[in-house]
Amino acid sequence: MAETKEEKKQRIYFLIFKFSTLFSVLILAFVLLYVFLNGFGVISFKFLTSMWSHQNITEGGIFPAILGTLLLGIGVSIVSIPVGIATAIYLNEYSKNNFFTRMIKLSIRNLAGVPSIVYGLFGLAFFVSFLKFGTSLLAASLTLGCMTLPWVITASEESLKAVPNSFKEASLALGATKWQTIEKVVIPNSLSGMLTGSILGVSRAMGETAPIIMVGATFFISYMPTSIFDKFMALPYHLFILATQHSSPFAREYALGTALVLIVLIFGLNFGMFIIRYRIRKKKDW
Amino acid sequence: MIKENFKEKSIELSLRAISLSALLILIGIFFFLFVTGIKAFSEISFSDFFLGTDWNPISYNEPKWGILSLMVGTLMVTFGALMIAIPLGIMAAVYLSEIASPRIRELVKPTIEMIAGIPSVVLGLIGLLFLSPLIANIFGLSSGLNALTSSLIVGIMVLPTIISVSEDVLTSLPKEFREASLALGATKWQTIKMTLIPAALSGIVASVMLGLGRAVGETMAVLMVAGNSRAFPVSFFEPVRPMTSNIAIEIKEVVQGSLHYQALFAIGLVLFMMTFVVNFISDIIINKQTKKYRW
Amino acid sequence: MKIKTFVFLLVALLVVTSFVIVSFGKKNVTGYVIGGSEGRIEIKGSDTLLQLVSNLAEAYSNNNPSAKISVTGGGSGTGIAALINGEVDVADASRKIKDEEIKQAQERGSNPWEFIIARDMLSVIVHGDNGVDELTIEQLSRIYKGEITNWKDVGGDDKEITLYGRQSTSGTYVFFMEHVVKDDYSSKMRNMEGNQAILDAVKQDKTGIGYVGIGYLVDENGNKVSGINVVKVSDGGNYISPLDKGKISEYPLSRPLFQYLTKRPNKGFAIYDFLIFELSSEGQNIVEKAGFVEITSVDREHNEEMFRKL
Repeated sequence: MAETKEEKKQRIYFLIFKFSTLFSVLILAFVLLYVFLNGFGVISFKFLTSMWSHQNITEGGIFPAILGTLLLGIGVSIVSIPVGIATAIYLNEYSKNNFFTRMIKLSIRNLAGVPSIVYGLFGLAFFVSFLKFGTSLLAASLTLGCMTLPWVITASEESLKAVPNSFKEASLALGATKWQTIEKVVIPNSLSGMLTGSILGVSRAMGETAPIIMVGATFFISYMPTSIFDKFMALPYHLFILATQHSSPFAREYALGTALVLIVLIFGLNFGMFIIRYRIRKKKDW
Repeated sequence: MIKENFKEKSIELSLRAISLSALLILIGIFFFLFVTGIKAFSEISFSDFFLGTDWNPISYNEPKWGILSLMVGTLMVTFGALMIAIPLGIMAAVYLSEIASPRIRELVKPTIEMIAGIPSVVLGLIGLLFLSPLIANIFGLSSGLNALTSSLIVGIMVLPTIISVSEDVLTSLPKEFREASLALGATKWQTIKMTLIPAALSGIVASVMLGLGRAVGETMAVLMVAGNSRAFPVSFFEPVRPMTSNIAIEIKEVVQGSLHYQALFAIGLVLFMMTFVVNFISDIIINKQTKKYRW
Repeated sequence: MKIKTFVFLLVALLVVTSFVIVSFGKKNVTGYVIGGSEGRIEIKGSDTLLQLVSNLAEAYSNNNPSAKISVTGGGSGTGIAALINGEVDVADASRKIKDEEIKQAQERGSNPWEFIIARDMLSVIVHGDNGVDELTIEQLSRIYKGEITNWKDVGGDDKEITLYGRQSTSGTYVFFMEHVVKDDYSSKMRNMEGNQAILDAVKQDKTGIGYVGIGYLVDENGNKVSGINVVKVSDGGNYISPLDKGKISEYPLSRPLFQYLTKRPNKGFAIYDFLIFELSSEGQNIVEKAGFVEITSVDREHNEEMFRKL
């Protein structure tokens, strides 16, 4: 049977739609390939493990920046994960649909939409100046921690929601209190999901630049940060400076190399969390 | 028994207290922005600030504090980004939700979400090294650092949001919609066009608003490719200076407490209010959407 | 019991740690420490100086491993603001500190000590294919004000001029504005992030013009980077090139590069030693290698006077 006009129209439209999807995927592939192909030449053991050499950047490495970014990741996790999980538990297990709860949920949604530069301003005004923490790892962790909080809460809520109600009901039916149920039934079954989701949020914070410029990152330090009041080097800021302000002819390449390390770090974390979640999901039989 | 109760109650109370933090942070952000920013208006008039087209705090003559050019810059980049991301995004969302096989969807959806994970400096870097010379070449411009390049980069960043949320909305439409339409003899496309998209419309609009919020707030990538000149932009081929980049550039220079510092916080306040309003509206829309189709 | 105790311990640990840190760690907060005790020096400011000072810091710490030096950019304005805010020990600046800034600093308890550590021949650059290689200060002023908009008006092709400059945080921005333009910049000028950004932009833009510190124009061997031409500048007299080592004193846009110390640099403190190092022949060698010019005898006298006051 020949194709009707409608069917033909559909075929054409669907082809276009398919291409837009393909195009979107290709964008990702392009970005990754570009960074990889152009930055790979710079990667070496020395590059990853040595201190930054300013006079001749081909001699040094970005180890301090890697360390700084990792420390920041740890700091952000400490700040946002416990608070986020606690909030998610409250919202999912305890809260009733009253004004208070709606306010909290509204705040969370709004916090997720606040631009990162505004978080930077807040961090500058509150943590750096008002609390006098100075521009430091502490201020940066707190600032980015606030930024990551909505993500952690959302991811944790999803995980908590996935625990079947029948589990909770069974536990209560056996005489357990609410908290005992949460502690022994809900949390163990959702913890991995909550943690993997939260770490995804933290990995996003590790890629942020604008807020950390204002609250703690620096371009060159001759020492490794030893206290949370120290400044630190970080991959995104390092990359930014190499791209816009460094005069070595190799700066561009090194910027791409740094970008590659940053992307591998973030995507590696994402991928790792994805796999962990998949594995754990498989083990569950509900 | 009483001890148990006490423990239960205190745990609930502590969790409740902790969950206040989200609200407190939001209020805190507004508070500090407001308290610092409002001081700027003791020396700058509202009309100078909002209607002035020249932002020139370090001027040879008199400093100027007009943010209109900056706002137009933000709006241009946001508008351009949405022009790119909306059609691409909706088409991809429709494809993923209605046309693609479940296996393809499983594979492609997380891949697209990964785009959202690319740090904005990296996209800015690619914009700087690759896209802007390309644009300069294609259009015969002397430089590719302009609103167009910025829109492209920000469009890429906003795309995953629109695809993701729109796809979620479409998938959550009851399958009865599709079955009924097909039973009446419509083709798949007719179903999509005349039934599904209208039904999902408010959700799709919400996704656009979320994307808009993201575009307004984007800082680093734009900073690297926007050209950053103070002049009032009249075409997409001209450099722009969005509010976010302006703050990022100048905040490092200011003496805390100075007028410049306060003025930058005032801009931050404007940004905050813009994204707050956008979020608020999209919240209402999403609420309407879920209420309409609760089954 | 396991989860509960774990969470409890975690929270307790957090509380205790934060207490400890907040009460003891405060001593390390910069701005409360005078002149870098424990060998810690925080330097911030001029982008023009960023690489030079980073090189100096690196060389110094190679010989003095206990020194902890942190260098960051942001522009002279950023550095001076940080100085006023009490956040850093040293502000790098490619322009002189303003009187109001000195006042602001004094109001907040610091007293900037001014030292000249290098000289810059601020250079004007154009695209490598651009035939215009001589401009007067007057012409530069009118170009950057937006009064001259086409290259043909200064002897070049019939093409619109694209202006590149720095951000307002930059000392170079201020210096160029005050000594060349002597008015507001044209609002069409593109504000670039740093010296390198201007260099890269002009390399790609046949109609571009920009200003950069000379350190960015030469590589380690003293050769000019390719892709751009350096304009010879005249202040009414001869046209002088900033690359002409023989005519350094005649170049109109020669400028001192400063470091402002937040408080009196006491002998025995790392910051004093570092300063001495920068001004030594080894330090000045690094200055030359970075493409800048070592300080003149006039500059040295200025520094000597500062040292005498100590």
